[in-house]
Amino acid sequence: MMAATLNFEDWLALTQLHADYASAVDSGNWDLWPEFFTEDGVYRLQPRENHERGLPLATLSFTSKGMLKDRVYGIKETLFHDPYYQRHVVGSPVVRGLDEGRIRCESNYAVFRTKLSDASTVFNVGRYLDVVVRTPEGLKFASRECIYDTEMIPNSIIYPV
Amino acid sequence: MNQTTNIFPDQPRWETEGTHRIPFLTYTSDEIYRRELERFFYKGHWCYVGLEAEIPNPGDFKRTVVGERSVILVRDADGGINVVENVCAHRGMRFCRQRHGNRKELVCPYHQWSYTLKGDLQGVPFRRGVKQDGQVHGGMPADFKTTDHGLTKLKVAVRGGVVFASFDHEVEPLEDFLGPTILGYFDRLFNGRKLKILGYNRQRIPGNWKLMQENIKDPYHPGLLHTWFVTFGLWRADNKSQLRMDDKHRHAAMISTRGTGGKAEQVTQVSSFKESMQLNDPKFLDIVPEPWWGGPTAVMTTIFPSVILQQQVNSVSTRHIQPNGHGSFDFVWTHFGFEDDDEVMTQRRLTQANLFGPAGFVSADDGEVIEFSQQAFESKPFHRAVAELGGHGVEDTEHMVTETLIRGMYRYWRDVMEAE
Repeated sequence: MMAATLNFEDWLALTQLHADYASAVDSGNWDLWPEFFTEDGVYRLQPRENHERGLPLATLSFTSKGMLKDRVYGIKETLFHDPYYQRHVVGSPVVRGLDEGRIRCESNYAVFRTKLSDASTVFNVGRYLDVVVRTPEGLKFASRECIYDTEMIPNSIIYPV
Repeated sequence: MNQTTNIFPDQPRWETEGTHRIPFLTYTSDEIYRRELERFFYKGHWCYVGLEAEIPNPGDFKRTVVGERSVILVRDADGGINVVENVCAHRGMRFCRQRHGNRKELVCPYHQWSYTLKGDLQGVPFRRGVKQDGQVHGGMPADFKTTDHGLTKLKVAVRGGVVFASFDHEVEPLEDFLGPTILGYFDRLFNGRKLKILGYNRQRIPGNWKLMQENIKDPYHPGLLHTWFVTFGLWRADNKSQLRMDDKHRHAAMISTRGTGGKAEQVTQVSSFKESMQLNDPKFLDIVPEPWWGGPTAVMTTIFPSVILQQQVNSVSTRHIQPNGHGSFDFVWTHFGFEDDDEVMTQRRLTQANLFGPAGFVSADDGEVIEFSQQAFESKPFHRAVAELGGHGVEDTEHMVTETLIRGMYRYWRDVMEAE
């Protein structure tokens, strides 16, 4: 592993990116979500089991911002589902490496789900494995993999983790 | 008191001799559920346990279930495939805790009873007692025979790389169980090519296990509930299609050939059809026909009671139904490809997998509707569901505007469940 040091400004921007992402995906304004990614950005939601065994299947696997937009359309228009609130709690990023301006980092997350008039439950727990890049619009995810421990999904996952 | 009995009946009340009105109680009664486990999962039926490709090497094992009973699928040193129950013959502990791995033998950690990979008991610590001061203390009685205390062995059938098992050693051969018609569709998918495991998805669906069988015996809903299917022509009422059953009507295949999509009278009047919908990224539907399809673009096969075999264009998977109580089941998806797939085809299968599974563009809402059905069943178990599209009878059809396969499954269900 490379020794990884970020200057304070970059660290601030990175933690702000994490906070903004969590805030966006919990807001219910799904259109915010694809904007955290580069045009050819990767988003994967994968059970830890597949990740650790080197099995390529992901529960969701998107390889462009266009695919994320298609998912947003699915959430808003095509996927019939029980409405729910979700709440992300995300830990501080651990920076694993810096190469050519790309930040490789990871952070723990927990997503709680609250169905209307029902109790809040632990919905999906795992860690993000990220590659973050600098763009003229600020830091973006070139790749965000959500590797989840909660392999037995409580029925379905509709909204972005 | 009578009022209470009417709302919470003890026995399902079928309105006719037919199966076009299905009592909610069949989904909500613990007693019926236990009888289903006995009569369908533990006796007279083959249950899916996995794919050979999951345990390619001697010693490889996978823990899974038949009904609610934990079993271990394991390849022995001779390359043979065994399925044994995960219950130690000694104190009954469910000893295998890993979900997969490789072992030379099976050992229960509690008292270290050890078994061969075929399930035979081979080692019992202190069986001959412990010698101390010239005396032998304890040990098993002289008449204790290891041959009496193996793990429970299931009967195993392997076809085309798919492994089925049964606690019932009198069960008919797998080929007879499937019947020639369903066997044909089984062999179309599993034609002897080696399979390549792509990975798993798991979801716990709070609904009765039969609802998942019914969901894939119901060609009525896909062109209505699933916008993607109707808009992109993957599955809808004007597609060329056939519905086929075995002669007992317990298994079924829904066969469909993709049309051109787009607008058409009748089938696209439905609110889920989105004429202007276009994908930002067409990779989701980068469909390439494969020679083995032999025409149909989708064949969904329900093998009663335990598994669904999926071919939806280039995405293929098994979906294992693992019941846990009358109102819940785990649904385990194993996506795979074939050994002759190139990297591009593998990626294509993986990308199309976005349509399926617990978050899939198409399948996520199937789990949701099952949950909401179960909620209502629990609240008024005296009531019944209606399955009358296409009439009251049970027959194969050359179209999909019918619920004949659901009626067929319940014809079989009634025959088995109502027998003495």
